[in-house]
Amino acid sequence: MSESRFAVGIDLGTTHCALAFVESAKCEGEEVEQQMMPIPQLTAPGTVEERQLLPSFLYLPHPDEFKSGDLSLPWGGDPAHIAGELARRQGTTTPIRLVSSAKSWLCHPDVDRKAAILPPEVPGDVPQLSPFDASVHYLNHIREAWNGLHPYDPLDRQEVTVTVPASFDPAARELTAEAARAVGLENLVLLEEPQAALYSWVNDSTGRWRHDVKVGDIILVVDVGGGTSDFSLIAVTEQEGALELTRVAVGEHILLGGDNMDLTLAHVVKQKLKKNGVELDRWQLQALTHGCRIAKEALLADPDLESYPVVVPSRGAKLIGGSIRTELTRDEVTTTLIEGFFPEVKSSDRPQQRSRGALTKVGLPFAQDPAVTRHLAAFLGKQAGATEDLEGFVEHAHWASFLHPTAVLFNGGVFNASVLRDRVVKVINQWLAEEDAPPARLLEACDLDTAVARGAAFYAHVRKHGGVRIRGGTSHSYYVGVERSMPAIPGMEPELHALCLVPFGLEEGSEPVTPPQEFGLVVGEPVRFRFFGSSVRREDQVGDLFEEWSEDEMEELEEIQTLLTSERHKKGEVVPVHLQAAVSEVGTLELTAIPIGKADAGSEWKVSFNTRGSTEQP
Amino acid sequence: MTDAKPSLSDRLEPAREALVVVARFVAHYLAVGARLAAHYTVVAARKTWVVLQRLPIAVYSFVRALSDADYARRLTELYIDRHSSLPSKPAPAPAVAPSVRSEPQAVLQSAGPDSALVLLSLLQKEGRFVDFLQEDVSGYSDQEVGAAARVVHEGCQRVLRDHLSIEPVRQEAEGSSVTLPKGFDPAAVRPTGNVIGEPPFTGSLVHRGWRAVEVRLPKVSSSRDVRILAAAEVEL
Repeated sequence: MSESRFAVGIDLGTTHCALAFVESAKCEGEEVEQQMMPIPQLTAPGTVEERQLLPSFLYLPHPDEFKSGDLSLPWGGDPAHIAGELARRQGTTTPIRLVSSAKSWLCHPDVDRKAAILPPEVPGDVPQLSPFDASVHYLNHIREAWNGLHPYDPLDRQEVTVTVPASFDPAARELTAEAARAVGLENLVLLEEPQAALYSWVNDSTGRWRHDVKVGDIILVVDVGGGTSDFSLIAVTEQEGALELTRVAVGEHILLGGDNMDLTLAHVVKQKLKKNGVELDRWQLQALTHGCRIAKEALLADPDLESYPVVVPSRGAKLIGGSIRTELTRDEVTTTLIEGFFPEVKSSDRPQQRSRGALTKVGLPFAQDPAVTRHLAAFLGKQAGATEDLEGFVEHAHWASFLHPTAVLFNGGVFNASVLRDRVVKVINQWLAEEDAPPARLLEACDLDTAVARGAAFYAHVRKHGGVRIRGGTSHSYYVGVERSMPAIPGMEPELHALCLVPFGLEEGSEPVTPPQEFGLVVGEPVRFRFFGSSVRREDQVGDLFEEWSEDEMEELEEIQTLLTSERHKKGEVVPVHLQAAVSEVGTLELTAIPIGKADAGSEWKVSFNTRGSTEQP
Repeated sequence: MTDAKPSLSDRLEPAREALVVVARFVAHYLAVGARLAAHYTVVAARKTWVVLQRLPIAVYSFVRALSDADYARRLTELYIDRHSSLPSKPAPAPAVAPSVRSEPQAVLQSAGPDSALVLLSLLQKEGRFVDFLQEDVSGYSDQEVGAAARVVHEGCQRVLRDHLSIEPVRQEAEGSSVTLPKGFDPAAVRPTGNVIGEPPFTGSLVHRGWRAVEVRLPKVSSSRDVRILAAAEVEL
């Protein structure tokens, strides 16, 4: 088949996965019609239902826990790994066998992402798998579902876009692409989730977006999903008379999302019950969280409601006698949710860092400050100079303490509540008003739960058939650490310099860049480099060498490593090489070591990201 | 010697007689069998002919499906579309066709218990429906029953919303005046009270009625015992 029939977008989320697709032949110009694929999944033993979302949970059942026939899916399925709704449900009662938030582990720098570590901290005979394998399982489930529906157009022959958080580092992006390749998806590109949300908004407007934004606008995308928060800034620029979108900055990876909010509410109600002498067990807390979510949605939707009843059903068959009734009041929702997660803070406020007690085990690096608005203030403050180099932008006032967005687009299920959208816009507008800047507009998006998948499908379509594209390239500039050769001084570490390897905004598919510096690599021995990234140093050019930098503008990432194997050289010989960097069409960063000597012409070695975890260092 | 013993033929006589009876039977059944065989051969030949008439289109679609991807896709879509529009179990037929009509007599059939049990287990799983109905409510206060009813209502409503599309039969507000034209569907609209004369009937809408427009019951694997509405739970 010469041309793929469908453009497919896969949202590989922390808490949910979804697939949207576009039938390219049925689209005309800006009328792109998208559909969500219903994903068959087990919802109870022996029961298969189709749902729009596949909960990103894997359950590893005990061999005697289910009848093997009860776990079969339309395509057979794998009875050792249950994905989706049944996994989520089963995990509430047996959490030791549940793999959740695999995506957050996929970008955890301190663990080996390909080692069987999930679920963490379990008794000996519970099987474990790696964060990478979990992603492969979700993708495989989605692929099988697609192939069942379109047997003549298998997924590996379509144009596929897989979304990643904008804050994913190069290593996590590479792992995501590798997971997709592991299930046979070769026609693959990666797309940042906030960009996908904006694409979805552009598509929903069917061309009207050109009237809603103008050159000089800076769109702030606030994406608060189930488990993570992600911010991006996208500028509206002009190229030969046509409007263009350029992604100018992305935020850090913040593990804070809607699930934290529901859990917090449940704990508030739990404390209230405790005062009345009612203790809840784990199962009841889960039921309470569920009840609180429904109560929260009701209270946020209807401003006249003062309280909403929450009932924790008894676990046994006696429903009436054993249920616990309580209620969630408007005050509790306001103080916990709005003041707790979206407080009115100053633009100069920064997230609070608690000093942590000694950690006994490796866990996910959850955000310590629950205030989304404070994380937002930090992001805008850090990116104050993000638009300085863009043409057509009013020179950013030098006294401005943070970047002034002119429009806000929300994404993620949390913002289905208009109260929360209004609160964030209000806080941002307060900051803007303090610096005499005009207030930011709200861009209305529809269906915040599936926007990312739909935007990704739209992107897969326009990549092939033309249409508006968001430019951006790499969201960081990258550096390798180079040690200065100097006589050893006892008690002093050798001075480390940073050599710019990848400039900010290197676009995918563009010419590879090579710093002129030579490196000596030892044949047959793994060589490691310290690796750094910066989301703010936009002017650094390839080959620039820096002796000093401040901690908050450059962040150390995992090491990169390479192993030279060559028949032409003896083991232990030092080969001079250049380091070359390129962004592949897929959207991953590729580093290569290219030997300088003529003897090695034509050979090159891949430099890979060390995703084996820094704890493993010899 | 010969007197002392009956001749061989005499001795065989009873056996021969028995054999004749058997032979007559065999001949009879052979004849019947042959007639039957002939009959079914004719039937089979006719059927084969009917089937053979379909051979060209069968071969044609087979060959074309192999060679033409688009055609194969259209065929697949045809099958898939038909499957998706079929409910997983046939809807129960109307009990008895109204006798006033001269329609063919409807066949009484019992609805299979499976889909009913699947729906019931869904209502139990999401809304504790069976727990609620199986409990004796007489000893509890209205407030206690009400608290439990919230769980049942919220969960069962979700099941109805997720698995059935239900809409009113009549869109008019209850209490408004409606006219039933001649030939109205008595299964969907039931006239009550002063039912005399010929349609059109005019009356006041007492209940709007409900119609399940779509049923989306989950697929159930053959190994699942649907009689288990809720599994017993044992915490280890």
